[in-house]
Amino acid sequence: MSDNGVLMPRRREAHPDAYYPDYKTSVTRAPSLPLLSMEATPSEETGPRFGHGLIGALDNDLIRNYATGEGLAIGERIRVHGRVLDETGRPVPETLVEIWQANAGGRYRHVKDSYFAPLDPNFGGCGRTLTDAEGRYEFMTIRPGAYPWPNRANDWRPMHIHFSIFGHAFGQRLISQMYFEGDPLIERCPIAATIRDRSQLDRLVAPLDMQNSRGMDYLAYRFDIVLRGRRQTMFENKPEGM
Amino acid sequence: MAQTLDVLTETPSQTAGPYVHIGCIPSFAGLEGVYPEDLGTSPISDGAKGEIVTITGSVYDGTGWALRDAMIESWQADAAGRFPGQEDADPNVSGFCRFAADKESGEFTLRTVKPGPTKGRNGLVFAPHIALWIVARGINTGLQTRIYFEDEDNSADPLLARIEQRPRVETLIAKKTSAGAYRYDIRLQGTGETVFLDL
Ligand SMILES: [Fe+3]
Repeated sequence: MSDNGVLMPRRREAHPDAYYPDYKTSVTRAPSLPLLSMEATPSEETGPRFGHGLIGALDNDLIRNYATGEGLAIGERIRVHGRVLDETGRPVPETLVEIWQANAGGRYRHVKDSYFAPLDPNFGGCGRTLTDAEGRYEFMTIRPGAYPWPNRANDWRPMHIHFSIFGHAFGQRLISQMYFEGDPLIERCPIAATIRDRSQLDRLVAPLDMQNSRGMDYLAYRFDIVLRGRRQTMFENKPEGM
Repeated sequence: MAQTLDVLTETPSQTAGPYVHIGCIPSFAGLEGVYPEDLGTSPISDGAKGEIVTITGSVYDGTGWALRDAMIESWQADAAGRFPGQEDADPNVSGFCRFAADKESGEFTLRTVKPGPTKGRNGLVFAPHIALWIVARGINTGLQTRIYFEDEDNSADPLLARIEQRPRVETLIAKKTSAGAYRYDIRLQGTGETVFLDL
């Protein structure tokens, strides 16, 4: 394997605070001691790769991938698309992007979800795809509903889609959430608020993308993702600190 | 004013939430029929070279409660210390596994081959270890850590050497419980807090 440069360190201030009391579960799950920081090693700079053989024809179409017969998932039809880049602006091709979400009523198909919004018999709620050579991906799905959750007495999650992205190195591994432009619940959500830097939170809010919408069919939302990059160096032959 | 750096910033993390299983291991969540099988059910296939080991543990929160909703990913080299994709790597080692805390007990099990020592830049050699990435509700950014093995020579490992408080080194070392079996617990917070990594 060729050496493509050291992974840039994570800018931790660009990420949420681990301990955020308004998000109650974080209080007992946040490490209290500092992380041990050092330069990435092969365990972080290599990572699993997944091929096109993994991906089924409907894997990126949540409207149809759990539907039976002629049925389709209920809800506002949307196309979610974007690019996966790294911090140097280069596309990340052929990387696995997985999503999961609630149905149009705000209910997940999960044994632990007891919200009384109905399950949609034609909606499972998961999808996956590989980015193309330019790092592009797309999903067809329905807009998920907002849902209440047990935190403070009346907390609601804004409409959101969970994203999991691999990149090409285990140290690039990222899980995040995409929100929708204009949703007033974003401002009230303690999970969104775990991100201190407002401009960073804005990057999770996908704008409506009319140009890529299709009349009489679906609205589009654009969501670009940036993963850790690799530092390009001409001279990299001295041990760290020497 | 100065020139503008054309470096982008990483997309911020958000918690994987309580339903991470739907997206990552759907059949564990009772969601069948979308994919033929869950991704990463085993890091090895039949014929993998090396010692097969089983690592069992739990992820505890700051109150000592074992999380029932954690999902963990592991990534490792083969028995010769080669990562999948590298030259001469064992074709029966995918190196990647996804596993979840049991819904009832909170216990997880990872069955794999024990990796060999791996070579880093500048001649660094790392003792056999498995990289872990832990996500769950209440964890806002996935936590990185490592499993080392108590019956390996960890004395010269460059990462373990960086841990100033020496007793904390033990939090990264799986304890042998019987032939081929190890115990490795993760403590998110408080007494015996696991060393989490930023690398
Ligand atoms: Fe959610």
